[in-house]
Amino acid sequence: MTEQLIVENLVKYYPVKGGIIPHTVAQIKAVDGVSFTIEGGTTLGLVGESGCGKSTIGRQIVALEKPTSGSIIFDGEDITNLSSDQLQKKRTRLQMVFQDPYSSLNPRKKVFHILADPMIHHHICTKEDAPAKVDELLDMVGLHRSAKDRFPHEFSGGQRQRIGIARALALNPSLIVLDEPVSALDVSIQAQILNLLKDLKTKLGLTYLFIGHGLGAVRYISDRIAVMYMGKIVEMADADTLFSHPLHPYTKALRDAAPVPDPTLRDAVHEALSGEVGSVMDIPVGCRFQNRCPYARPECGSVEMALIEAEPGHFVACPYTAINTQGVSGTSTMSGTQFMADTQSVSGSDKSDTSNSDRQEKGGAAHV
Amino acid sequence: MIKLKPVNTPSSPSSTYNQQIMRRFFKHKLAVISLIFLCVIILLSVLAPLIAPYDPNRITGGFSQAPSAEHWLGTDQSGRDVLSRLLYGTRISLLVGFMATLISTVIGVVLGLLSGYFGGWLDMVIMRITDMVMSFPYILLVLVAAAIFEPGLTNIILILGFVDWPGVARLVRGNVLSLRETNFVKSAEVAGMSKWYILFSEILPNTVAPILVYATSVFALSILDEAALSYLGMGVTLPTASLGNMLNGAESLTILTSKPWLWVPAGSLIILLALSINFIGDALRDAVDPTSTK
Repeated sequence: MTEQLIVENLVKYYPVKGGIIPHTVAQIKAVDGVSFTIEGGTTLGLVGESGCGKSTIGRQIVALEKPTSGSIIFDGEDITNLSSDQLQKKRTRLQMVFQDPYSSLNPRKKVFHILADPMIHHHICTKEDAPAKVDELLDMVGLHRSAKDRFPHEFSGGQRQRIGIARALALNPSLIVLDEPVSALDVSIQAQILNLLKDLKTKLGLTYLFIGHGLGAVRYISDRIAVMYMGKIVEMADADTLFSHPLHPYTKALRDAAPVPDPTLRDAVHEALSGEVGSVMDIPVGCRFQNRCPYARPECGSVEMALIEAEPGHFVACPYTAINTQGVSGTSTMSGTQFMADTQSVSGSDKSDTSNSDRQEKGGAAHV
Repeated sequence: MIKLKPVNTPSSPSSTYNQQIMRRFFKHKLAVISLIFLCVIILLSVLAPLIAPYDPNRITGGFSQAPSAEHWLGTDQSGRDVLSRLLYGTRISLLVGFMATLISTVIGVVLGLLSGYFGGWLDMVIMRITDMVMSFPYILLVLVAAAIFEPGLTNIILILGFVDWPGVARLVRGNVLSLRETNFVKSAEVAGMSKWYILFSEILPNTVAPILVYATSVFALSILDEAALSYLGMGVTLPTASLGNMLNGAESLTILTSKPWLWVPAGSLIILLALSINFIGDALRDAVDPTSTK
């Protein structure tokens, strides 16, 4: 498999203007050095809480926003610095499905025009073949063909999202950024849309970047999952690995935050995270998760955490858990071994409740 | 109003956006009456050559005669038939109002679209010009312009057209600013559509309703301005009749008090026209406002 999308060290800062003479007084670090790759025909899930920068990454990949620095290599070509002409051509290969199906369709246009106009513009079909192509697209997303003569407001949320997917498919893309495509839908509809997306992926050989905050949906559709926290990826692994034994404390907290359907298990451990997400304008030195981390230690406040490969294909931005799992691997920015002894108790196994005793002690957070 | 309908019966005819607007519009009785009135007036003025009893510029009777069987609304100070002049004058006034509105709306829409969508220095320049035009005393600006260019039908249309656009420009700019952040515009960008397609096919159709509402008030205002200018002798020049210059006679107190047929018809027609256009505008605004519950 080849890498279809390579994102390297992507950074997006938004300047905050202020003062009597407007100038940049601060920067919002929405995305702060993110790297990942997506193999052709696979799905990468990107999860994290609101404001962690996951949508910003998606918008940069489809060139709605220009990165502050870093590169996005799509099909072997860096798309961050293309001229607008070159970009227009590339755009058909890179499409996006938006979160809110109510605002993503022009209320004054019939479905036919929503789907046909981009195809005609890019010479994918002529005006004469357009109706046939539109029928084909509607069939593909499971809508009645008569839908093309109607306006978006005549459809339900799920149907609108199908139109949104059809619009993305219209240009024969190879990569689709799905920006929380099911978050705005009813639970019963979510499954339908997820299944549709899965089917389309196999049928058309698509590559997905699936952005979401509900772990259930992300796990269902993704081959690999990257977990983001405050503009950085903190853990990345195969979907099953990530769920069966998450390494980063934040991933564990995310997993445990998901509601448990079985009432008999409801009381089992599952400690909620305390504290608030820090401000992206004032990012702490060192680990960004340190204020909320149950296992935080003094070193966390001084050293920037780099992603290290704890086991093959499993990356984590926390040296303690990583070292513990694997002995030593990857390159940590820290001098690894000195922490080995303590990490033992912190995250020794994949049972989420191992470290209860440790959590109680964590108040002082310093037991090195 | 929310209408539930079964999702799998796409064949059922559904009410389009335009039908909804029509339905809400026709709930305003006053606006419907105004619309009928306006249509009748427009029809009469368009058909003036056919129905006017006399040539509006020919002297057909004595000076300032009171209404009679021959001259239903009497004759003016030069002995011309007031009814005929009223029909032709309405024609001119409506023409001036319509053309001036058209010009100012087109200018305002184009500038507002450019300003709102492209932003940056272009927005800055356009908005400062808008502020400048808006900050001039309106009637003074029009009078000076009318004095510089010769008064006449074409010039009065151009002058009014070039003075009324800032309001439209601001309105459109504001709409564009919010529309360009919507996901459907973003998705058109992702689809690689051209800027002109996005501006005229995605954004413009979604601002038509507020533009239309605003244009009605500009229309009413233009008719009033034409009347004011013509009354002051700076607008449509005699012998061409317009509703404004038909009021000239009312300058003298004796006419004002003792010969009402010289000014009452034109004066009341101006008021009724402006009023009915404004009523229509009000109803339109309610009709296109999706949050209105009327």
